[in-house]
Amino acid sequence: MTGAAPSTPTVTAATVPLPSPLADFWRDFSRNRGALAGLLFILLITFAAIFAPIVAPHAADVQYRDSFLVPPPWAGGNDWRFLLGTDDVGRDIFSRIVWGAQLSLLIGVIVVTVSLGFGVLLGLIAGFMRGTVDQVIMRLMDILMALPSLLLAVAIVAVLGPSLVNAMIAIAIVVLPHYVRLTRATVITELAKDYVTASRIAGAGLWRMMIIVVLPNCLAPLIVQASLGFSSAILDAAALGFLGLGALPPTPEWGTMLADAKKFVQSGHWWVVTFPGLAILLTVLAFNLLGDGLRDALDPKLKER
Amino acid sequence: MLRFLSSRLLVLIPTLLGVVLLAFFLVRQLHGDAVEARSGERGITAEQLAERRQALGLDRPLHEQFLTYLGQVVQGDLGKSYVTQRPVLDEFVELFPATIELSIVAMIIAIVIGLPAGILAALTRGSIFDHGVMGAALTGYSMPIFWWAILLIVLFSNILGLTPVSGRLDVLYYIEPATGFMLIDTLLSDEPEAFWSALHHLILPSIVLGTIPLAVIARMTRSAMLEVLSEDYIRTARAKGLSPFRVIWVHALRNALIPVVTVIGLQTGTLLAGAVLTETIFSWPGIGKWLIDAIGRRDFPAVQGGILLIAVTIITVNLAVDLLYGLINPRIRHQK
Repeated sequence: MTGAAPSTPTVTAATVPLPSPLADFWRDFSRNRGALAGLLFILLITFAAIFAPIVAPHAADVQYRDSFLVPPPWAGGNDWRFLLGTDDVGRDIFSRIVWGAQLSLLIGVIVVTVSLGFGVLLGLIAGFMRGTVDQVIMRLMDILMALPSLLLAVAIVAVLGPSLVNAMIAIAIVVLPHYVRLTRATVITELAKDYVTASRIAGAGLWRMMIIVVLPNCLAPLIVQASLGFSSAILDAAALGFLGLGALPPTPEWGTMLADAKKFVQSGHWWVVTFPGLAILLTVLAFNLLGDGLRDALDPKLKER
Repeated sequence: MLRFLSSRLLVLIPTLLGVVLLAFFLVRQLHGDAVEARSGERGITAEQLAERRQALGLDRPLHEQFLTYLGQVVQGDLGKSYVTQRPVLDEFVELFPATIELSIVAMIIAIVIGLPAGILAALTRGSIFDHGVMGAALTGYSMPIFWWAILLIVLFSNILGLTPVSGRLDVLYYIEPATGFMLIDTLLSDEPEAFWSALHHLILPSIVLGTIPLAVIARMTRSAMLEVLSEDYIRTARAKGLSPFRVIWVHALRNALIPVVTVIGLQTGTLLAGAVLTETIFSWPGIGKWLIDAIGRRDFPAVQGGILLIAVTIITVNLAVDLLYGLINPRIRHQK
């Protein structure tokens, strides 16, 4: 190329910028206002969770013995120390919700990381090996899917004993089949493509094929599923906490707080039951909105009309 | 059709075996505890412990234990409850109608509201109504239903005083169970006003239980409807000069309903899982509350049997949906 340079001027990259995949994604994603709102809320709550010691005005378990069941100051209460009121043992509800956010997001991160990790690995193995290995893995996943997630989680916790860690293990096991099936299905589609054949002919080993060649092309649906996985992990953990099978009191877990507050349904102390539930709803809703937005932006095939 | 049926049944066998295996390991894990837990007294000798293990058959090889258990399960023997000493199967059968009744009413509510809402949202695509329905559906889908139940109790029972908080029937009435379905039993009884009491008790729990299926049905109906409306045959029907009413309600809806029917069937699992939460909150005497109570009392045979029976119920319903789907849609039946 050095000897005979072309005489016609070439079009440089600067004049016609190639569409960057990231910019492309952001353009599609930011068009969805619901998804943006979800993302914003998630950022907000993540901030609150990380900086909980600064954001929360009180510690999660400190009891103000002179302030039992104080209503929020904007709804008949008179104590501005307690923005959302206090519970029956004088703990600040707002602070407990902030500390609870830390817990809920942590549950989401751990459950999604564990189930995604194992799920992708099993899915890759099933998709690449096929045959007996594939059959065994998929039948196992079928069994896990025969029970609704919450019931299976209840069963697993019944064996392991109620605790937050066991609840997380149970939920991670329960959601595993989704990732395995998704990965396997995508892998099988990808394996039929030419670039895979090309790298196989070029002599790529099995692990290289799995992790470096094929996996990056399977990521889009997995990212969407992971985002939705956050919402179901948080919801199921709260449900287990509510049933007394998850985090145990006095842990400021949102579902556990609600179970604790159930006895105030009859007595008109509405703030004790309203806010922890609202926190669950908004967080789960935010992750679902984000998931819908990610799906629309990343995977036009799955796009819902 | 026969081949379709038999192939579906064959696929079921490993899944059913797997569920039994799962339940087996559940109880094995727990029985190990049970020997030690039930022989809690101090000073128990190693021989005594071994004796008790032998009595429960825990000293035999694992596969032998499993085969014994499998044999019992196939014969319908799910063991006896530690607490009531009654066969687990009997307790389940006795309580199951309460859960079925609640689930059916919940599903009726979900269909009656979700289906028209989804259709109207599709027809008014992009309108405020459409956005409202989809927003509400996503909120319903994200709802922690145990909290939703509490909010409804506060509003309808405490503030407005319209509905009872718990149970299936007012204590004023005593109805001899005939079918186990309170709505039917009260109508058959000589106290017809008890029917209204039963209905009153059903309202809040069924709304709570129906919320997530409602959201799913509305979303699914909308997207199925939109898909069908863009098909060529709809354009043809319109071009033929058929009234918009006929095009939508006869031509479009019939085809849009196929995936919706499947989704409705697949909500059985959601309903049974939701029943655990709903029944616990409303003290509804069904299998969901029974299961949670059994866990609380560490009544392991009941937990194990309950899980197994619920799984079998869901697998059976899913199979029925599968077959129904094959019946409605010949394309599925002839695949493979």
